[in-house]
Amino acid sequence: MTQAGSSFDEMFAQDGTVRPAYAGYREWYEAQDQALLRRKGAEAEGFFRSTGITFNVYGDDAGEERLIPFDMVPRIVTAREWRRLSRGIEQRVRALNAFLHDIYHRQEIIRAGRVPQRLIADNDAFLPQMIGLVPPGGIYTHIVGIDLVRTGPDDFMVLEDNARTPSGVSYMLENRETMMAMFPELFSKLSVRPVQDYPRRLAKSLAACAPDCAGSRPVVAVLTPGIYNSAYFEHAFLADQMGAELVEGSDLRVIGGRVAMRTTRGYQPIDVLYRRVDDEYLDPLSFNPASALGVPGIMDVYRAGRITIANAPGTGIADDKAIYSFMPEIVEFYTGEKPLLSNVPTWRCSEPDSLAYVLDNLAELVVKEVHGSGGYGMLIGPTSSKKEIAAFAQKLRAKPDNYIAQPTLALSTVPIFTRAGLAPRHVDLRPFVLVSPKGIEITPGGLTRVALKKGSLVVNSSQGGGTKDSWVLED
Amino acid sequence: MLGRTANGVFWMARYLERAENTSRLLEAGFRMALTRDAEASQDEWRSLIATVGLSDAFEAANGLEYGGDKVWNFLLRDKANPGSLLAMIEAARTNARAVRTALTREVWEAVNESWMHLREALARPVREAALGPVLAMIRRQMTMVRGAMDGTMLRNEIHNFSRIGTFIERGDNTARILDVKYYVLLPSLAWVGSSLDNVQWESVLRSVSGERAYRWLNAGAMDPRGIAEFLVLDQRFPRSLAFCIEKLRSNLRGLAHEYGHETSAHELLRALGTQFHEAGIDQIFESGLHEFIHEFIAANQQVALAIETDYRFVA
Repeated sequence: MTQAGSSFDEMFAQDGTVRPAYAGYREWYEAQDQALLRRKGAEAEGFFRSTGITFNVYGDDAGEERLIPFDMVPRIVTAREWRRLSRGIEQRVRALNAFLHDIYHRQEIIRAGRVPQRLIADNDAFLPQMIGLVPPGGIYTHIVGIDLVRTGPDDFMVLEDNARTPSGVSYMLENRETMMAMFPELFSKLSVRPVQDYPRRLAKSLAACAPDCAGSRPVVAVLTPGIYNSAYFEHAFLADQMGAELVEGSDLRVIGGRVAMRTTRGYQPIDVLYRRVDDEYLDPLSFNPASALGVPGIMDVYRAGRITIANAPGTGIADDKAIYSFMPEIVEFYTGEKPLLSNVPTWRCSEPDSLAYVLDNLAELVVKEVHGSGGYGMLIGPTSSKKEIAAFAQKLRAKPDNYIAQPTLALSTVPIFTRAGLAPRHVDLRPFVLVSPKGIEITPGGLTRVALKKGSLVVNSSQGGGTKDSWVLED
Repeated sequence: MLGRTANGVFWMARYLERAENTSRLLEAGFRMALTRDAEASQDEWRSLIATVGLSDAFEAANGLEYGGDKVWNFLLRDKANPGSLLAMIEAARTNARAVRTALTREVWEAVNESWMHLREALARPVREAALGPVLAMIRRQMTMVRGAMDGTMLRNEIHNFSRIGTFIERGDNTARILDVKYYVLLPSLAWVGSSLDNVQWESVLRSVSGERAYRWLNAGAMDPRGIAEFLVLDQRFPRSLAFCIEKLRSNLRGLAHEYGHETSAHELLRALGTQFHEAGIDQIFESGLHEFIHEFIAANQQVALAIETDYRFVA
């Protein structure tokens, strides 16, 4: 579907004048030779290929590695806009952690009648194994990605919270490296807030969550499912940048009440495990018994408080799409403040009135699976055929609890570079947040995903989306 | 470092070395075949396939005809050959990817780029006219990887494991060439000094890129005993068995220093070293070059296995 005219463009106002965030960039851009820019675009692809920044698309032939396309026009946010956003993000992340603690302990929010009991009890994302357990440092979701969309000058909304294992931060970092290598003069001309210290901050934040048994320099390791995982590049990249070991399940075992990794000198205990393996596979003794990706017995060590698992198991209950619609209440309940960032209006198909409305208006709505991710298994009404809509309606009626619906948003656009010059495309933004007992840190910017197809609203890399470097300007 | 990482670094280095050795062998075989009649070049190709231990796989895929283009395509890219050069580069790259955090960015990029270039160059069967350039490119890519390792990697245990992988593989390769071609180097009254001998000897040297070095050291004179001595005992030649042993020794010493103790691999290597130290070429010929080579291959393999166990490569 096309949103031309109706959506907010972040670079140009309706009358064609450039908005303040892009004034400096525009001035530079006008002075560039277009042919040279085109050549640089091609260079960028070669750069990404040889660095090996690729991802694997599930279901693709032979696990071929693919590049996420990179667009060289930055997405720019002013210092003022960012200050407002960060306050909202921080508030939301505080609420997410408070909610997780509550939901695995006294469940005050359910007693208060603000979130229905069944949403928790019947939810696979709720892990009974976590009930009554206090994670070291008291933090549940250490690394959070908040997906934001923009519909107007001051209208940012949260589309989704990622409290399990948000990915994409390596693209944020590599996009910046690429931009600095391609256009160094831009960075000396404009004051862009740096993002490069993210790995160092991540290492510090994780170390600050170490259990009491850790020494003065906690041992941090990154747990990956292995080289065939779609985000393997990122796991290796982060481990490398943090100076942490990149481990697989087969490297680990429980020895003497600690989780230890097999080194060339013998087994060495790990204090903090930044795991990029789903809950289900983490411990075959507690969860999926067939899992070869995890560590048998790690949950016992965790319960004994002798390892930190980041993010904690069971955080999925906080970013579940069924819970999402309750986030405004959740934020208010735990912070005592009005939410600074609003939600996208959401119909819960589990409620009969909402279901009826959604079925009547499928052609205008976006319908998502409650537990889905990556843009799989969703319906985008306005771009679907009658047949597709009818088929989806069947699924919806059969299992209404499994779905939520949202209006098709007029996502903001940012120009991308095409052979014909700048052309607007829809974007979203995923800022990355680190949480430790010492505080909450938000990296200025984040990952901007962009739908490369004209008019398309789907920004997921698995569905043909690309990425941009995201800038927050200094004051 | 993780045992699995040590394993990955070790095998990455072995696969890279093996790929490079395959290209050297092909270069020598190709040159030899060009200078001889059809039947004699078939023999040459046959012995080349035997050197890399792939006779059964080759004949299963191609029958008993050892045509040149069949042989080089089999060794370079054939899907029926799990030990093809392309498969080795792929294996090296997969290992490098798995131990990404143990490598510098430059080393990883060099390995990754080699894989990208070779995959493209070997996407279709290689014609005779393209073989030379393809082989040259393989060596150039491998040289770049080596340069990146030499220039950017910390001289620590990671480097030690990678070097050990290289020299285990290289020693094995030189020994296998000698194993298949040893009869060429044996004294034989009938053939001494014939031009065929000269060509054969030169081919042996060429397959380890040692022909110029040997001639330079020996003022152009070729004799089988000298060649054997050069390939087995000469400490100056980087593909001789003695050189490989010396490099294994210094890298294992590095590990012992870092870990504060020696392992069974150190003992095994010491025994192998003593044997080399005491052997002169006359004595080797007297007690049998063939047997000597076989013992070396087995002992070299023992050292590799001991390292895998001592340093917990696998659980």
